[in-house]
Amino acid sequence: MSHYISNTDEERAAMLDAIGIGDVKELFDVVPAAVRFPQLDLPPALSEAEIMRQLGRLGRLNSDTQSTLSFLGAGAYNHFVPAAVDALLRRAEYYTAYTPYQPEIAQGTLQAIFEYQSLLCALTGMDAANASHYDGATALAEAAIMAFTSVRNKRTVLVAPTVHPHYRATLRTYTQGLGLTITGDEDTGAALDDLLAQIDGNTAAVIVQTPDFLGQLHDLKPIADKIHAAGGLLIASVDLVALGLFQNPGTAGADIVTGEGQGMGISLSYGGPYLGIFASKHQYLRRMPGRLVGATTDMNGDVGYVLTLQTREQHIRREKATSNICTNQGLMALAATIHMSLLGKAGLRKVAEICYHRAHYAAAEIAKIPGFEVVAPGPFFKEFVVSSIHPIEGLNTALAGMGIQGGYDLSADYPHLGNAMLVCVTEMNTKEDIDQFVQALRTIWEGRSDL
Amino acid sequence: MNTFEPPIFELSGPGKCGVNLPTVDVPLAELPQELLRTDDLAGFPELSETEVTRHFTRISQRNFCIDTGMYPLGSCTMKYNPKVHEAAARLPGFAALHPLTDPAHAQGALWIMEQLQSMLAEISGFDAVSLQPAAGAQGEFTGILVFRAYHHAQGDPERVEVLCPDSAHGTNPATAAMVGMRVVEVKTDHNGNVDLDDLQSKLGPRTAGLMLTNPNTLGLFDEHVQQVAELVHGAGGLMYGDGANFNAILGIVRPGDVGFDFMHYNLHKTFTTPHGGGGPGCGAVGCKTFLEDYLPGPRVCHVIDSDKFELFTPPHSIGRLKAFHGNFGMIIRAWVYIRTLGAAGLREVSENAVLNANYLRVKLQDLYPVAYDRTCMHEVVLKGQLRDAPAAKTLDIAKRLIDYGFHPPTVYFPISVPEAIMIEPTETESKRNMDAFIVAMRQIVAEAVEDITILKQAPTTAPLRRLDEVGAARKPILKYDPVKFQELRRSHAAATSDEQPERPTY
Repeated sequence: MSHYISNTDEERAAMLDAIGIGDVKELFDVVPAAVRFPQLDLPPALSEAEIMRQLGRLGRLNSDTQSTLSFLGAGAYNHFVPAAVDALLRRAEYYTAYTPYQPEIAQGTLQAIFEYQSLLCALTGMDAANASHYDGATALAEAAIMAFTSVRNKRTVLVAPTVHPHYRATLRTYTQGLGLTITGDEDTGAALDDLLAQIDGNTAAVIVQTPDFLGQLHDLKPIADKIHAAGGLLIASVDLVALGLFQNPGTAGADIVTGEGQGMGISLSYGGPYLGIFASKHQYLRRMPGRLVGATTDMNGDVGYVLTLQTREQHIRREKATSNICTNQGLMALAATIHMSLLGKAGLRKVAEICYHRAHYAAAEIAKIPGFEVVAPGPFFKEFVVSSIHPIEGLNTALAGMGIQGGYDLSADYPHLGNAMLVCVTEMNTKEDIDQFVQALRTIWEGRSDL
Repeated sequence: MNTFEPPIFELSGPGKCGVNLPTVDVPLAELPQELLRTDDLAGFPELSETEVTRHFTRISQRNFCIDTGMYPLGSCTMKYNPKVHEAAARLPGFAALHPLTDPAHAQGALWIMEQLQSMLAEISGFDAVSLQPAAGAQGEFTGILVFRAYHHAQGDPERVEVLCPDSAHGTNPATAAMVGMRVVEVKTDHNGNVDLDDLQSKLGPRTAGLMLTNPNTLGLFDEHVQQVAELVHGAGGLMYGDGANFNAILGIVRPGDVGFDFMHYNLHKTFTTPHGGGGPGCGAVGCKTFLEDYLPGPRVCHVIDSDKFELFTPPHSIGRLKAFHGNFGMIIRAWVYIRTLGAAGLREVSENAVLNANYLRVKLQDLYPVAYDRTCMHEVVLKGQLRDAPAAKTLDIAKRLIDYGFHPPTVYFPISVPEAIMIEPTETESKRNMDAFIVAMRQIVAEAVEDITILKQAPTTAPLRRLDEVGAARKPILKYDPVKFQELRRSHAAATSDEQPERPTY
């Protein structure tokens, strides 16, 4: 028996005896005999020492952000995670608990979610935040569905081409059976003004991202005014890290705020688990998907927390629910809560400032290298576009040879930019790292015949 | 020990910060003044690392969890979460790996993903697997989108009805609705199976497919599952398998061998990635060859005649379900689980899970009526209808179990069973603990007969008593607000001043 099974052969025999059978196989008589007990062709079982050794070997085949200097972002970010976050996350009380359906013995999870909701509301200027979605992409897709069901008789959603390409793809996956039209991003080079010009009486919502996929910051106020005048909603996809310094989307007029929370205390982990954030103004609360925690009192009058407004959810409303979401990203929401609590006001602002100043330093230095051009028509946060006369693929291969993970190759998603890479700089990239990156680009330029 | 802890916002003090951050080591760039925040992050707390650590440690102690005791929550598979999984997922080669890393430099991660795809396919009898869906409900969503795409490709877009048994998880009908399908409910027969006559009457040219959990949510293996599949296929529909209860049949029977065309796996149930207080999970999906081209991408393939792995998107893919490749942190844990148990270990999992559930069934069914009187699989559904204590409700029994140190089972589900109590001990629970649970369940019946108020007042030993959920929904407080919290405390003082005059407001 495996080391997770707690019963002896004797105990198992006693249980079989109580059931009144002689062999555990008899419990499965109901299974059609012809297909019962298949011989599974799986690799032989490994001991814990063997599996960790194999994992170590496999891990070393990967170029992770600790073994290289990474300037890759594009929706997943190498931000600093204090040791305290993981130390608390590894408390079994949190990670081996289920959804808090029995509030008397789940106050830890419930209070943490309540604090998460509160922190998100403070950061985004929204009235209510749910307990999380799978990631920034699905949060955005569900926001579009919520907007569509909240405003009546409008069936078009306009999405800016500078919204993350994976998010736009997910949005289309989610809405394919609902009779919605998703448009606005056909021309990858279209400006936001072009998008706003398409707003009409049939527009349920406009979706913009700020900072956008290319790193540019946008003022949401004029966008909100325009879509509100047409009776639709503004959905803003945001980076929580940027909100430590930049415009409060709620104050600027956004109706629904979604985003990826990975940058707040969650490791890169090859793409997941991440954290979909979802918050809205109070008038859309009853159409909101996902779990919500509310404060209340117990029989003694002590303050406590419970899952609330559950009549929106699938386990109560079934096909009339606002979404099918059940399992969410609870532990990741906890990570973000702890991380945001550690940072506090000053830390949030400081992280954003470091990212901003270092990214601008990197951009200024790269712009000095012949053969490279920084394409940043407006203010940017921690990412910017660098165009090159050479294809990015070759450039990144050359950088990899120098121990550097270059930026995201934009040529497939944004062909109008030509040879362009999206460079990301965070508080993890020191001035020294940036100088090394710049020097590497210069070296590559000087030996360009090799590309 | 009193672990009461105020909201973190009440612990704040101006100027504190709990992180030791680097300083700006580059020349300062000009900030775009018109785009800056002007509210000084009002409402954001300021604490030291010490205070944050203590706060989240203290509130964690108000949680019940698998590592503190038996958690027999039916349909959730709350089995032990191995510690080696946590160590594996945190190795820097995986935890610090960026998802957009050139696949040539992520071969270790892709190797694991490809092998997990193959192993899940083998365990379930399918031909192709996608690891992208983030949770069971998203796996369901994937499946019904695939069914829709398949029927459209067959020139059959009129197939817009999804059949769900009346015992189905709520996610099944909610999923069908999200795909724009119409939900048709199918009845359960007297033995807990899909009612074949009712099924037959509801199948037709509009049938897209049937969503079936097998073993079903009554904890029973459908005795006619192959007939059900034949009927659905005969009507031109497809068979969706909800893998929520896969823990009962590892190495026992493969869903792909009894007529299912598509299924999702809950890696966070069957393959024991931790539930995390509500997530994350992974709802990987598997299917037969004829549906493979519709799967979401990216998937991982082994490049023929090489030792390389690549990402690819199937030609008629329904699209992306999320950004990047899936919840890799869950993928690696499930991979470790299967690689350390092997085929024999997986079969032991299901044999022990089913043995444990049946042991509880025979030890409790004289006092708690079983919903269906036959051998169950990994969970047993009882009814909280006590012969000698009709005033006792399932909710009371559940709350009283807390006082005995157990997490309550799933209650009031399936909704087709009145006063349902759904118990899933899982294979990792010991007979010793189950015997203690049995004693508690039997003692609760005795208490209910003797003095029902013991049950109605329960729990009394938990960090809190029963909470006012009605009030919470009527006047929702969904974020911290000092005024509303003062009001909550005042209402407390008013409610308790008679009985407990000395009780502090905290």
